Amino acid sequence: MINNRWLRAILIGPSVALSVIVPTAAQAADNEPVETAPPPRVELVLDVSGSMRAADIDGRTRISVAQQAFNEVVDALPDGTELGIRVLGATYKGKDKAEGCKDTQQIVPVAPVDRAAAKNAIAKLRPTGFTPVGLALRGAAEDLGTGETARRIILITDGEDTCAPPDPCDVARELAAKGTHLVVDTLGLAPDDKVRRQLVCIAAATGGTYASAETPTQLTDRIKQLVDRAKDDTVVKPPAIVAGGKECAGAPLLSPGVYTDREKISEHRWYRVPVRVDQELRASVSIALDRPVNRDYGVLLRATAADGRELVRGTDAGSGRTDVLSTGLRWSALEPDVESDQSAEGSTTPTEVCLVISNSFASSTAADAPGMPFELTIDVVATSPAPDAPGLGSGWLLLLVLTVAGLITGVLAGWGTRWWIATWRTN
Amino acid sequence: MLTRVRMHHRLAAAVFAAACVALMPAAATAAPTPSPGSATVNRAGTSFLTATAVNVGQPIQVAATTGDYLYWSFSATAGQTTEIALTVALPPAAKRTGASTWTVDVFDGLRRRQACTAGVQTPVAAATATEVSLGCTLRRVRSWAEPWSGDPLPGTYYVRLSVTELPETDLGLPVQVDMLLGAHGDAVADDGELKAPLVPRVKPGEVITAAGSVQPSASPGPDPDEATGALDWLPDLSARWIWTTVGGVLAAVAGVFGFSLTWRRRRS
Repeated sequence: MINNRWLRAILIGPSVALSVIVPTAAQAADNEPVETAPPPRVELVLDVSGSMRAADIDGRTRISVAQQAFNEVVDALPDGTELGIRVLGATYKGKDKAEGCKDTQQIVPVAPVDRAAAKNAIAKLRPTGFTPVGLALRGAAEDLGTGETARRIILITDGEDTCAPPDPCDVARELAAKGTHLVVDTLGLAPDDKVRRQLVCIAAATGGTYASAETPTQLTDRIKQLVDRAKDDTVVKPPAIVAGGKECAGAPLLSPGVYTDREKISEHRWYRVPVRVDQELRASVSIALDRPVNRDYGVLLRATAADGRELVRGTDAGSGRTDVLSTGLRWSALEPDVESDQSAEGSTTPTEVCLVISNSFASSTAADAPGMPFELTIDVVATSPAPDAPGLGSGWLLLLVLTVAGLITGVLAGWGTRWWIATWRTN
Repeated sequence: MLTRVRMHHRLAAAVFAAACVALMPAAATAAPTPSPGSATVNRAGTSFLTATAVNVGQPIQVAATTGDYLYWSFSATAGQTTEIALTVALPPAAKRTGASTWTVDVFDGLRRRQACTAGVQTPVAAATATEVSLGCTLRRVRSWAEPWSGDPLPGTYYVRLSVTELPETDLGLPVQVDMLLGAHGDAVADDGELKAPLVPRVKPGEVITAAGSVQPSASPGPDPDEATGALDWLPDLSARWIWTTVGGVLAAVAGVFGFSLTWRRRRS
């Protein structure tokens, strides 16, 4: 009797061999039609405070270098990019700090870029007032609006914020905590230590990058690179926002996909995933270090049964500078019994597996600060059963051993026969 | 007598070495080389989700800054051993104030850290160095592993380049990163097969609101035919069947040959 299993093996065999040769796509196709990526939304935020008059970049003023870089970037923009420009410290000439610290305007609205108008607006800029970075960031976040697409702010400044409070780093963390998929990249023009520290903090709080520019080419290249990255980012839809539960019972029930959530230091976040007995659960988590943390840290992802029994855990620890700390796990039920499988009920009712994410970070930031962002990826796939115990062999050594054994047996049999015939004949 | 034994040992060693070279020609290859005709990649992602997909043998050249976290992803199949070679051209020494530690981390599709069996994973660049080289040779990818194990499996792999320790004043300076992946594979000697490669989902998920909305038809349940049957104890059709059958045939031929040897001698 040749059952289905054999037929399937014959059919599947060549396709398995093919899949070994043909490299698979790096990302899952998810069996859905490819949607056209939305255009990237970027806002450049330029500091036009009095300090931009300093002529210390290859002998040119900082503002003229920035203007030239902006012009080149506007020329090189990929079509369809939605670019806006906001300035800070551009208009108020007085000495009143309260007034000067409200001085931020959007000079080019976030829309498919009108190159001539944008260049015109840039050319008119004259270094003037204070540096309200925090307020400008809030303004830029509003300019970019909300929505499902990833958005990027590119902050270009030469001096530290002169208007705190609000501290721009806190503002950045607050914007990131709103869950609007906003990334702030920062660029320091000939920055000093204080500026660098502030810009690094803003970038880290939102998952952005920091760079310093000391020549006009560096500035232009970097802005172009960041705009390109904004374009790359829109290819991937931002993860869904979810709020994990305090315990397994009542925790959100997740379907396969990518999620994002926040967790305070030493907090536990619970989720549930329905997994059938013939399925395998895959989960991975990446916690972003959006604030300065103590030197050593760790993350723990555990899968537990509904009664709290641990099924499997994934863990990672590290020390020093990093962006995210990640771990993952796989879990599937042991092979179902043949007997219980006959009832067919057991295989279709999913059991709920609980996932809990915990961390061992330590930080000196305020306890009421928003939690650290993390990304949770859930997948449920067909289970991969343990292979049959190999009753068969493979390899050149096996052939050699069998051949030599056959040869020896043949020779022995030959001699045996000769001896037997000789004995028989003599009789 | 003693010299004869030694001769035998030497002969055996030579034969073994020759066999090793013949069986594992790829293991002898040194640093990865770019495959001809492949386009240079000038991008790098900044997170797992936006990692730039690259292929083995594709040269990668990216301008970045110190402090950036650069992500690439590649896919590996069972039996593959991947080598990663990275070179970072550092900013001018005059602009830097101290030594920096660079790290290349490799993660599998579940974002689990992967070990390097060889290569300089975390070199320290001296304050005066002009460039720093990093390398990582991964473990051979298994075709199957228990869910509880951390063995490398077919699917997506992520490479992350970062600077893990440096003076704060050295952040944000321009660097040039060159990367190249090399791979050599051998026949899959493992049993078992991973039904779905470790290729992560990138689409946003959806919270299930009602328990009833779980799609039971997402994947078919186990075939009732599969678990029963008279031939169930037989292993699945695989290369092992061919090896074993060929072995049996060879043994039979050798047996007949051996048998004939004893008779031929008598006739002569």
